Amino acid sequence: MNAPVRRLSFLVAGLFAALLVSTTLIQYVFAADLNGRPDNRRTLLATYARERGEILVGQTPIAKSVPTDDEFKFQRTYDDADLFAHVTGFYSFYGAVGGLEQSENELLSGSSDKLFYRRISDLFTGRRPQGATVETTLDAAVQKAASDGIGDARGAAVALDPKTGAILALVSHPSFDPNTLAGHDLGKVDANYQSLLKADGRPLVDRAIAGDLYPPGSVFKVVTAAAALTSGKYTADSELPGGASLDLPLTDTDLPNHGNVPCSPSGRITLKQALVVSCNPAFGEAGMEIGADALREQAAKFGFGDALTVPMRVTPSSVPAEMNEPQLAQASIGQYDVRVTPMQMAMVAAGIANKGVVMKPYLVQSVIGSDLSVIESADPTELSEAVTPEVAATLTDMMIGVVQEGSGTRAQIQGVSVAGKTGTAEHGTGRRAHAWFISFAPADDPKIAVAVVVEDGGTANSETGGGAVAAPIAKAMMEARLSE
Amino acid sequence: MSTVSSVAPRSGRTTELVLVLGAVGIVGLAYVNLGLATTGTVPPGLAALGLGYLGVSLAFHVVLRWRAKYADPLLLPIVTLLNGLGLVMIHRVDIARGRDIADGVALRQLMWSALAVAIAAAVLVVLRDHRILRRYTYVAGVAGFSLLLLPLLPVIGTSEFGSRIWIRLGPFSFQPGEIAKISLAVFFAGYLVQTRDALSVAGRKILGLTLPRARDLGPILIAWLASLSVLVFERDLGSSLLFFGLFVAMLYVATERVSWIAIGLGLFGAGAYVAYLAFAHVQVRVLLWLHTFSPEALQTSDQLAKGLMGMAAGGMVGTGLGRGRPDLTYLAESDFIISSFGEELGLVGLFAILVLYALLVERGLRTSLGTRDGFGKLLAAGLSFSLALQCFVVVGGVTRVIPLTGLTAPFLSSGGSSLLANWTLLAILLRISDHARRPLPDESAQSAVGEARTEVVKLS
Repeated sequence: MNAPVRRLSFLVAGLFAALLVSTTLIQYVFAADLNGRPDNRRTLLATYARERGEILVGQTPIAKSVPTDDEFKFQRTYDDADLFAHVTGFYSFYGAVGGLEQSENELLSGSSDKLFYRRISDLFTGRRPQGATVETTLDAAVQKAASDGIGDARGAAVALDPKTGAILALVSHPSFDPNTLAGHDLGKVDANYQSLLKADGRPLVDRAIAGDLYPPGSVFKVVTAAAALTSGKYTADSELPGGASLDLPLTDTDLPNHGNVPCSPSGRITLKQALVVSCNPAFGEAGMEIGADALREQAAKFGFGDALTVPMRVTPSSVPAEMNEPQLAQASIGQYDVRVTPMQMAMVAAGIANKGVVMKPYLVQSVIGSDLSVIESADPTELSEAVTPEVAATLTDMMIGVVQEGSGTRAQIQGVSVAGKTGTAEHGTGRRAHAWFISFAPADDPKIAVAVVVEDGGTANSETGGGAVAAPIAKAMMEARLSE
Repeated sequence: MSTVSSVAPRSGRTTELVLVLGAVGIVGLAYVNLGLATTGTVPPGLAALGLGYLGVSLAFHVVLRWRAKYADPLLLPIVTLLNGLGLVMIHRVDIARGRDIADGVALRQLMWSALAVAIAAAVLVVLRDHRILRRYTYVAGVAGFSLLLLPLLPVIGTSEFGSRIWIRLGPFSFQPGEIAKISLAVFFAGYLVQTRDALSVAGRKILGLTLPRARDLGPILIAWLASLSVLVFERDLGSSLLFFGLFVAMLYVATERVSWIAIGLGLFGAGAYVAYLAFAHVQVRVLLWLHTFSPEALQTSDQLAKGLMGMAAGGMVGTGLGRGRPDLTYLAESDFIISSFGEELGLVGLFAILVLYALLVERGLRTSLGTRDGFGKLLAAGLSFSLALQCFVVVGGVTRVIPLTGLTAPFLSSGGSSLLANWTLLAILLRISDHARRPLPDESAQSAVGEARTEVVKLS
């Protein structure tokens, strides 16, 4: 009976060999896959246990990790939560969601390759690994002015430093409290998250850069004016039709001025005056004259169609690819299918302010390791030259007129020359229009460029919305910046 | 031919003593390590527990010196180490789950360990010769099959985690399958040693394989039906595989006919396939096994997935004792104790444990080779193989080699019935090995295999 016992021992060796292989597969070969699974609670706990870096506005943390006694070791807390919710995003059981928490997750969590040498030294010195601190470009005063201005309404506001592209304010209303999503009670967090998903006005959406996109309305006339001036066919003094409406080819529908009142008594109006009073027929005509390609090209130079990351992803704004003449006339006044983010319109204002050069917007000023070494530092870069300095100067002059004597007088600031443009964008019949305002100041040496949109803030078929509702918010934001 | 030797044959008891001291030392170190990792202090009960564990091991060692002087010297140290590591890991899971030592699982396991050692010692004292067991062949058979099917009885049988392999009597519950394993090994050994001549008679030859005669197929069919009923009615693939595998392996050893293995594998494969087609619970087990991380499987049960993630977290060298999160795995102190070891001791630690098991089985098979009587040979081979198969079913289950079943890792997992049964199994193996290695009074009758002494530590 010894021979079969010997063979049996070979079988036993085979069985154990199979176990050695299976354990090796799990613990070595596929370990990284298993550890990387989103439902892996051990990995989640391990990332929670590492002290996540802070997010700063100025020197004040708006997101920080506080030690706790529970198994997660640290609790993420947000100060001024409502004000900065879309800037920070939140850090929860769903991972880092939205805002800088998500887009700078690797640096904040300390897992970035840029922190490699630091991690190695942590290993030897026994120092607790820590994430890097992210310093934003935001100006708390401007942010607060924008948020207070929009108040309970729905809307968004963006402020840029025209010379660098630094984002000074990034506001989207309604907002939410990220603290309610960063708790360690999964059931509660989930309930809060579900109710926010269903909430009126979709507070989790960042309207400033990634909402459903808005029709820009008359603020887009600045782009049309830029295209017209660049084409060489027009100067600020070129005369255009300024009646109560413009007869459009191919259709029975005319392009009416708001309120169906003539832009000027004579029925003719200069390009500059057309912008000052926001004359629809004049821009409809100018748009058809220069053509869809020129308009699209001009828009693209301001950044339309670019997939920007600031570092959050900005939804590209768009001018329709195919348009017939009447549609082109509509697009020239910011209607039809022109869709923009407030960020894009702020870039338009900033580009004109910066002598025609659009700077790439950025939200992160610097990233600082826990040993205070600078890991990353913002380097302002040119995105494009949207218009020549001469055209920019002409546009600035026209926009100053808007604020001095036109539809945007509510944005005037004592002792400062402000350039701006109102907009009232219709989005469906019978609904109140979106109120828009873009501006920059001081006009001769711009320190801030702003775009504000207040949803349903205007009255249909009237140009008063932008000037009445959005311009004062822009004014408050500019004042906040200039008073520093 | 053997030569006359004037040197007294080595019993190996001193080697055993040194190894037992080493094993207890490792367990003590693991316990200290755990205390330092979790509370930062040396655990207060270290001296009492360490000395207690040492005392129990040494007491068993003394019993061996007294009653089984020539028993294999490796078996006790290996089991001492496994049992001790199991205790430390169970205590570790207690800590992770926030259980106090008084109502923790570890204390109960410790008491069961002491009881199991006492019973094993008693078996060694009472059972002076393993061949006595042969007298009770049929008693063991009846007992074995009854125990196996006991959980199916209405009042005392209970289902846990989908398997009906427990019986409950008042406050006590145990898995009778563990004890059935020994009874059946005794029965198979006694029965096969009687009938092996008949069973190995050649029948027809098909495809170069000499089949047994049709009339001899009775026993294997009965074993097959019994194991299938365990699979279907107790919903326990592990026990089913264990018993049928044990029977087929012993049948093969007894008859030396490969055809029995072919028939056995064929029968089991066919039976399992039919059960898969016919029974939803078998299909669920297979789904969990093959598509562990599919949404449907996770909805049914994520315990295997959790265990795998725990092992992956351990990686090559483990998180260190007391530094992982075994509490995130279900049944981390029983069915999934292997995952707990994988997490905290890493692949390296798991390999060490698997090698300990392999050594244990190998020593058992070596005992079988060295034994002179057929009954002892069969019994030792059967008991050792049952250990190997149980390890394979348990570790294979948590590492996705085979579908997961509810068996315990021998000596490691928490569970009184498992400890009692496996220590008793150890006692019987020790008894047989004592018999195998004992020098014959009549030198000329010594067989070639008996002469080839089992070397433990090579001394030049």
